[in-house]
Amino acid sequence: MAEKPRLKLPKQAKKGDVIEIKTLMPHIMESGQRKDKDGKIIPRKIINKFTAEFNGKPVFSANLEPAIAANPYLQFSAKVEESGTFKFSWTDDDGTVITAEEKITVA
Amino acid sequence: MRQLSRRAALAFGAGGAAFTFLGWDQGAFAAAKEAADAIAKFTGGKTAAKAKVSIELPEIAENGNTVPLAVSVDAPMTADNYVSEVLVVAEGNPNPGVATFHFSPLSGKAEASTRIRLATTQNIVVVAKTSKGEFFTGQKLVKVTIGGCGG
Repeated sequence: MAEKPRLKLPKQAKKGDVIEIKTLMPHIMESGQRKDKDGKIIPRKIINKFTAEFNGKPVFSANLEPAIAANPYLQFSAKVEESGTFKFSWTDDDGTVITAEEKITVA
Repeated sequence: MRQLSRRAALAFGAGGAAFTFLGWDQGAFAAAKEAADAIAKFTGGKTAAKAKVSIELPEIAENGNTVPLAVSVDAPMTADNYVSEVLVVAEGNPNPGVATFHFSPLSGKAEASTRIRLATTQNIVVVAKTSKGEFFTGQKLVKVTIGGCGG
């Protein structure tokens, strides 16, 4: 279930600007607390890690627990000094890693 | 008849007592202790100063399945003095951990927002760690109308 993440960040910025980045990953975030009709616990399946890099350098990352709501949404900032590429990754409990990239022009 | 009714009364009494005993809810207490343990692990036993951390949460969350949370820490975010990690803990959830945010000087600001699940009315505790090894903390109470765990 390789769903496509949604990203929102500016395409352009001035050198030294602190920009806002919003990300949303469609995912059930099954907490491992819920039970099915037969009373069996539905196994946990969540996105447990998110990372954001800019030109290969870490900007922001998060370790997520089952207390994060479905379709994990994260908003954070980044200080940009040069043009380049943001790379985002989401790691699923099953080991799947979903990645996305977005370019920004800094003048 | 008299005998029977006395037996029934005794059985009922014993059953009632057992029910009271088992029904004693230690869940909330255990969760708060787990939360405290998670914080102690994060700070390495150091005391966090009650400053610099602000938490944005609704006062009343009607739906515990998705509660908007914004955390920010007042910090210069320069190469030699920045907030490196922020721990978010929910005292009344079955598992107290919510998230750990990792920042860098490239973050520009020590701010992050997300949406969280809350099982019941409880305190959200945030602890921030700086690159200099200082700890700051803040907390906020949220009233939850419909819990967002289990089901």
